[in-house]
Amino acid sequence: MQHGLIATTALVTGLLVAAPASAADLKIGLAAEPSALDPHYHNLIPNNSMFTHLFDSLVEQDANQHLIPGLASSWKAIDPLTWEFKLRKDAAFHDGTPFTAKDAVFSLCRVPKVPNSPSAFTIYMKAVAAVETPDDHTLILKTATPYPMLPTDMSTLGILPAKSGKVAGPIVFKKTGCEGIEAYPSTEDINAGKVPGTGPFVFKEFVKGDRIVFTRNPNFWGAKSAWDTVTFKPIPADGPRVAALLAGDVDFIENPPSQDLPKLRKDAKLRVVDGLSNRTIYVALDSADAPTPGIKLPKNPLHDARVRKALSLAIDRKAIRAKIMGGQSEPAGQIISTGLYGYNPALKPDSFDPKGAKKLLAEAGYPNGFEIVLGSPNDRYMNDEKIAQAIAQYWTRAGVKTRVDATTKSVFFSRRGKREFSAYLAGWGAGTGEASSPLKSLVACRKPEIGYGTTNYTNYCNPKLDATLTEALATIDDKKREGLLQQALAEAQSDTGIVPIHYEKTPWAMKKSLTYTPRVDQYTVAMEVKPAK
Amino acid sequence: MGYVLNRLIQGLTVIAAMAGLVFVGVYAIGNPVDMLISPEADQAEIDATIARLGLDKPLLEQFLNFVSGVLHGDFGTSFIYNEPAVRLILDRFPATLELAVSAVLIAILVGIPLGVIAGLIPDKPAGRSIMAVSILGFSLPTFWVGMMLIMIFSVWLGWLPSTGRGETVELFGIPVSFLTASGLKHLLLPAINLALFKTSLVIRLARAGTREVVGQDYIKFARAKGLPESRVILVHLLKNMMIPVVTVLGLEFGSVVAFAVVTETVFAWPGMGRLLISSIVQLDRPVIVAYLMLTVLLFVIVNFVVDLLYALLDPRVRRKGA
Repeated sequence: MQHGLIATTALVTGLLVAAPASAADLKIGLAAEPSALDPHYHNLIPNNSMFTHLFDSLVEQDANQHLIPGLASSWKAIDPLTWEFKLRKDAAFHDGTPFTAKDAVFSLCRVPKVPNSPSAFTIYMKAVAAVETPDDHTLILKTATPYPMLPTDMSTLGILPAKSGKVAGPIVFKKTGCEGIEAYPSTEDINAGKVPGTGPFVFKEFVKGDRIVFTRNPNFWGAKSAWDTVTFKPIPADGPRVAALLAGDVDFIENPPSQDLPKLRKDAKLRVVDGLSNRTIYVALDSADAPTPGIKLPKNPLHDARVRKALSLAIDRKAIRAKIMGGQSEPAGQIISTGLYGYNPALKPDSFDPKGAKKLLAEAGYPNGFEIVLGSPNDRYMNDEKIAQAIAQYWTRAGVKTRVDATTKSVFFSRRGKREFSAYLAGWGAGTGEASSPLKSLVACRKPEIGYGTTNYTNYCNPKLDATLTEALATIDDKKREGLLQQALAEAQSDTGIVPIHYEKTPWAMKKSLTYTPRVDQYTVAMEVKPAK
Repeated sequence: MGYVLNRLIQGLTVIAAMAGLVFVGVYAIGNPVDMLISPEADQAEIDATIARLGLDKPLLEQFLNFVSGVLHGDFGTSFIYNEPAVRLILDRFPATLELAVSAVLIAILVGIPLGVIAGLIPDKPAGRSIMAVSILGFSLPTFWVGMMLIMIFSVWLGWLPSTGRGETVELFGIPVSFLTASGLKHLLLPAINLALFKTSLVIRLARAGTREVVGQDYIKFARAKGLPESRVILVHLLKNMMIPVVTVLGLEFGSVVAFAVVTETVFAWPGMGRLLISSIVQLDRPVIVAYLMLTVLLFVIVNFVVDLLYALLDPRVRRKGA
């Protein structure tokens, strides 16, 4: 019996060892190259998806952006101001050093200390007032006010080893700068692979502009990757990226252009996978009670909620989905994607109702409509300019003569910041995977000093919405908070503070022999690429 | 001496004028902060970023800071990569240079023989078809040709890779790819694509040169002397028709290096051109400015050297200049 078991174990182990003998390599064509591998350097999708290969966070987000255990095996709020994270005991860095609470504190200390970060992660450390480590595998985070988003914030911060810096004595967390740390590893050190992580892959090579190569971490604490080696190749141009897949130079690509999808789907050697993303495409309308630059009238018609509703009713979202998006979208009735935390099932997309639109316009005192300019980027979101053109035609048909002003994204975002548009098309990806992200940035009254309305360039301000949102952001109870977020979303649509158009569906294309679990956050990660059964 | 000084002052004036133009032009595109910072950031974060990048200062002050930096050999630090802009560009220079040299070699090795043939037999079908093909080389857009090359040689035939640079080995401390098999395979398609236009140019120059030289007395005399045709062509004809070809190729080389952008984009070649494109898209001002300034510098230097050479060759130029 004993012998039999050993023999079986040996056989099974032998098979397991024998299986990867033929090296399993994966080559991925990226649409955008990360600017660094440093997890605290540049808060941007290409960077965030890339660092997760090397570095884990205390909390992770699964494909649907639900929080799952990472380096913390569990967490809970002990009281409204205190969070306890129990840390894994079986995790180790790539150099063999075991992971402890010291590493976590060290990493949290580093976040605001990254020199010249183009887009810092400091916002995710703002709530943390104090950090304590009662033992090696417990981390206590304290906040000044009740803050339910703390675990979500922790899911954005990669964990580095304390050994990678110069630590003198015990680390004492201070909001103004931690004590006991003399130096942090530089972004360059991390890009050069000098700083080990705990993640499923180990750094091998990073040649800027050409390739990023990782190998499997055989000692990873979680599910081990199916790939021995993963190579990421940045191929920003759409056509060449598809061609590289067709030619077999890469096995997998992100963001195949939507016009190529029908052809790729028909190809027997390829597979196309898509999934709903957290990105809402919307039209924002200047609701100020003052003249607005894109409309040549002494008074701003968009100030009237009936006009905003009319403009929403005039749009045929289903036709945009079918004719422009090739099915790669889902009509939207609120600013958070279906199924994400806070989504309000009662809010349906406005159905196409040109007659209703005309009626509302007449009621508001614009039976003959008016003229308006619709701003849009032309290289930022899937088919952005085409969608804007379609909306312009729908509006014109409803009597509001619309001209599209589409420019490249750098110019568009600058002009939007200077408030040159009375109406513009843009998109919002809910980075946190829940409704407070778009609510806070897009429709809350503009109070940038507290991070409200940072992307609200339309003067929309609904005090009831703000009150509900503020309450939600201080409610630890998950069920109750979800209800409040749903209420705030309904508030934003009650006077059409924003016009949701659709949620983007993100496509990935790959060889038939592979599969991919689509991610709501649009990340392309090798962990989710698996051999097809 | 006066002539040299004159030329030098002219060159420096061009550089100074370009610095102003480039800086103001890049400044006008848009605000980098809108592109860089996370849209969820609060005002304190935005202000901190603006101040750190020095974007809160007036344009003139930013420009003066830039000028004083340049005078100290510092072209600024990339907003995106947090590395000196010049180092970012020079890191990618070998890849672009390799591509450019390969393209020019192809242009010479293919263009000159074809041009000479077309010049020797201008009225025969072979001569005419060479000229017809060269018109295609001039008129087809590089982007489209690149995609066609990929479709034919990578997707359908599967002979050559479609993207990226192959393995590199160090040659005098510089990574080069033409010494490895994989590197050579990766190099071929982009080099051909980049060479296409130059090859057509060389064919036309070589043909014109050949036709001109063929009618000269010394060629007639060489033939009359009974020299074998191969010797007439290889020695007497080639030597004399090469002068304009070399001059033009020398000048064109700068533009091949500086503007391989399209080919690098199509073939995902990790060179300077692609860095320029991505920097423009992301409004990485220091990199754009540094790239354009280095390009200006390159052209000014080339022109300066050419001017000097002319002056050495022709005393009349020297006198006119002074």
